Amino acid sequence: MESTQHYTPGTHPDLAPPPSTVGVRGWLVSNIFSSPLNIAVSLFILWLLYQIVPPFFHWAFFDAYWGTSRTDCPAEAGKRVGACWAFIDFWSRQLMYGRYPVAELWRINLSYVIFVISMVTLFIPKFRYKPWVGAFLLFIFPVICYYLYSGGSFGLPSIETPLWGGFSLTLVIAFTGIVASLPIGVVLALGRRSHMPIVKSLCVVFIEVVRGVPLITVLFMSSVMFPLFMPEGVNFDKLVRALVGVALFSAAYMAEAVRGGLQAIPRGQYEGAAAMGLGYWRMMILVILPQALKLVIPSIVSSFIGLFKDTTLVLIIGLFDFLGMAQLASTNPEWLGFSVEGYVFVAAGFWVCCFSMSRYSMALERKLETGHKR
Amino acid sequence: MNQQVQSESPESAAPKMQISDEVMIQVIGMHKWYGEFHVLKDINLTVNKGERIVVCGPSGSGKSTMIRCINRLEEHQQGQIIVEGTELTSDLKHIEQIRKDVGMVFQHFNLFPHLTVLENLALAPIWVRKMPRKDAEEIGMKYLTRVKIPEQAKKYPGQLSGGQQQRVAIARSLCMSPRIMLFDEPTSALDPEMIKEVLDTMIELAEEGMTMICVTHEMGFAKTVANRVIFMDGGEIIEQNEPTEFFDNPQHERTQLFLSQILAH
Repeated sequence: MESTQHYTPGTHPDLAPPPSTVGVRGWLVSNIFSSPLNIAVSLFILWLLYQIVPPFFHWAFFDAYWGTSRTDCPAEAGKRVGACWAFIDFWSRQLMYGRYPVAELWRINLSYVIFVISMVTLFIPKFRYKPWVGAFLLFIFPVICYYLYSGGSFGLPSIETPLWGGFSLTLVIAFTGIVASLPIGVVLALGRRSHMPIVKSLCVVFIEVVRGVPLITVLFMSSVMFPLFMPEGVNFDKLVRALVGVALFSAAYMAEAVRGGLQAIPRGQYEGAAAMGLGYWRMMILVILPQALKLVIPSIVSSFIGLFKDTTLVLIIGLFDFLGMAQLASTNPEWLGFSVEGYVFVAAGFWVCCFSMSRYSMALERKLETGHKR
Repeated sequence: MNQQVQSESPESAAPKMQISDEVMIQVIGMHKWYGEFHVLKDINLTVNKGERIVVCGPSGSGKSTMIRCINRLEEHQQGQIIVEGTELTSDLKHIEQIRKDVGMVFQHFNLFPHLTVLENLALAPIWVRKMPRKDAEEIGMKYLTRVKIPEQAKKYPGQLSGGQQQRVAIARSLCMSPRIMLFDEPTSALDPEMIKEVLDTMIELAEEGMTMICVTHEMGFAKTVANRVIFMDGGEIIEQNEPTEFFDNPQHERTQLFLSQILAH
């Protein structure tokens, strides 16, 4: 065993810990193989992985058919042992851009370039104009996108919204929903905690009604019933109706997440700010909301991730987003029977986006963690 | 354990300061209820410029509540509170005007953890007094040096010890150049080693002539610095007197009981 040499008090050197408690060996011992039950569960999980992962990889990669046209995959379903990625390749433009005219795709690509450049500047550590870039992204960029995509002015041909689709439509709906739902949600949360009875009741009613119905209902109602209430001739674009529905729906959930954060801030923070003479809005914006929002980043990002995936429901009102286009493509007579490839591809695409959002939120939390640095 | 605080001039209980005739705070017949519970009963108090008042009493006696009414962190239901000539009502303008001139130091510091120490100090001058950032930060550094921790400017409150945090809180209030300072048990949440550094800061403030009302259990501080000690129990002001008289000759039996309990060791 280890020697237990004795030292005079005050002279004991710092020794290395026993090897079986640190490093990879230590982690394996304490987590995977710490007890008979854990060993059994570990082995069972390894067996499960062995059953699932290699066959999937065979289907998806090793035995898959790569190519660009229908002939690259065997004709009969029975003869196919792997995925037919030619399906994705053939339909990739529609999956990305919907039925947007090919000649005008540069407009969507241009908006992506602008967005990526703006986002990159936000990641440069000491860049002094970050607030300006942020304001640009939130207020000016959407307007630019609107004119770019729909055209009709500045000499650009007009493209009606039913032609928008695919992943770029998913991005439009998700981006608008996310950017709109956070401020509206914050205002609703503040309103719900207000002492003014009318404001409070309005916020409570809105939140509870919207949370009580499924998003499909909201989309359906905004699409079908909304025009019935509008005066004759006033017609909102179908996409606009969907955007409003999605934004308000998400705002209700955001409001409750933010309210949780507001409740968790100790009263002393409100008092410390008030005692210095800060008025209500200054107190909220400078002191309370930064702390409250930081506290509920996990909830907020969950809400965003959910919203991102909920955009697929716009299929119900006849808009073809990423998933909708994959489904549409798989009903094409030439390409029947490849819906699995479509779904797997769409799932992978969503997973990459949602996982990125999740990782970013963790990085954000770490960066903002100033409370317990001792 | 009582903290014995050494002052510069041990022979005088109320040091050098001139107490003027200018009335800073007037509380007239103030009553407060929490629902049915009568928490403050007929409080009458006049505070002149330069006075240092220590409020003591058992838990639940309403001492914190009383001083929190002075800057409207609590509302009183009856009576009048007049601070520097402005009456405290539900009028927001009056409240914000009063809060600019009345600084408060809390038991649990209430520093803003998401901002650095310097940002904490500069926040109110920038957003309430509308100062440019540079000037506000200069003032912040000046007061941070006053409380003897200028090197902590870029740290976050969570990285400081309790005593340092409380001194930052004092500096933060001072940055608004208040004419009155309220202290709500400023050392009650501190370890004994840190109590001294905070009390020393408060003594320096007192010696410079700040009008202050301090709710505390530190009787040594009261003896050194206060010119008036107020004893409260059950929501009423039972007795008030200047320190030597108060401690040597308590008039009311409740005061005697309280003093015997806290000065026992």
